[in-house]
Amino acid sequence: MCLAVPLEIVRIEGEMGVVESGGIRRPVNLSLVESPKVGDYAIVHAGFAITIMDRREAERTLALIAEYLEAAEGESK
Amino acid sequence: MDASALRDERTVRSLVSEISGFLSRLGRETKLMEVCGTHTMTAYRSGLGRLLRRRGLRLISGPGCPVCVTPDGIMSAAATLVGHTRNLLLASFGDMLKVPTSAGSLLEVIPAEGSRVTSVYSPQEVIGLARANPAKEVVFLAAGFETTSPSIAWVVREARRQALGNLSFLVSLRIVPPPLRAILSTNAHGLDGFVYPGHVSVIIGSEAYRFIPEEFGLPGAISGFEPADLLLGIISVLRQIEQGEPKVDIAYPRAVKPEGNRIAMGLIEEVFEVADAEWRGFGTIPKSGLRLRDAALDAACRFGLDLASSWENEGCRCGEILRGAAEPEDCPLFMTACNPDTPLGPCMVSIEGSCLIHCKYGAVEWIE
Repeated sequence: MCLAVPLEIVRIEGEMGVVESGGIRRPVNLSLVESPKVGDYAIVHAGFAITIMDRREAERTLALIAEYLEAAEGESK
Repeated sequence: MDASALRDERTVRSLVSEISGFLSRLGRETKLMEVCGTHTMTAYRSGLGRLLRRRGLRLISGPGCPVCVTPDGIMSAAATLVGHTRNLLLASFGDMLKVPTSAGSLLEVIPAEGSRVTSVYSPQEVIGLARANPAKEVVFLAAGFETTSPSIAWVVREARRQALGNLSFLVSLRIVPPPLRAILSTNAHGLDGFVYPGHVSVIIGSEAYRFIPEEFGLPGAISGFEPADLLLGIISVLRQIEQGEPKVDIAYPRAVKPEGNRIAMGLIEEVFEVADAEWRGFGTIPKSGLRLRDAALDAACRFGLDLASSWENEGCRCGEILRGAAEPEDCPLFMTACNPDTPLGPCMVSIEGSCLIHCKYGAVEWIE
């Protein structure tokens, strides 16, 4: 099962760290990702961070769907 | 990032309207295969699967559930192992324990003296199990796709580093692209394109699918798991169809890079080698699985396991469903004899199985 929501890294100790979402904290193994930092959002699968979310790309995706929304609502007016 | 925008109703409506535009211009039913149980879930839980079908787009589920594709040979060998070997702990992911075998599921099998079956959330937990139970053999039944394989590789490496002599692995790790080739080679589905799995692709990148546009001329897009993510992936595929330019698009760029996760791929390569492997519903597919380089850690070798069983409940159509050749509703057992309380095949067991998803969410309608 793939968890869609990225989790915030709130602590790092060596290969291990702690991620938080909605006030729930759980341990995470960080050894599969390059230079994780506290405050990064990680995609976590079975207790392992598999990637750090690219914020710039996330913003681009949000901008893209905002364009579709604007276009659709422009048409229906 | 505010993910709520990716589930926002008005946003989803606007993306569906974009898709409808493509479909009316194409003027024919379009069939896309998704290869991830979580995509199946996103589509059906939201009602988008049924809505898109009414608009002329069929999303067909492919072999995207790792529990489901694990062959009976491995499940039955695990059941025999824990039933006949004393002082053995068999650990696996929760859904694996509920898959029916001829001897019952792993939860139903009566373990030999001193043995038991246990579920884990993270593969890393088996290191603790092995350390806490030095007088027992610990066997990890490791199933998964590329998303899971690097974490299993990490645990294997850690077991060696800590010289844990009582830990071994019954490996059912599978590689996603080869069955897609198998499906396309028979060309029975009339597929128009693919929605590729987001988190498998985090690990393997986009290059791994390039044979699909190049050899089969079919478009595809790697998609994320929020409703808007799935729809953006579908839009990308439809645009490629319209423009006649098939490629592998990354419609989930906040998570997926063309080169994948090199650390994870390196770790898989260090611990495993690619081997021919059996898939439920497909038989043996060349170069579609991972085998431990260190045979001493392979539970099949350590315990001399017989992996030849291919039992299934009579009438179960999981195999066809996994190939995308049938849908759950086509199976006469679906929601009659086979249901979430008494699953007769793995597709009704796993949270990523098509039958369980259709059972739970198949009637969900998107209110237009």
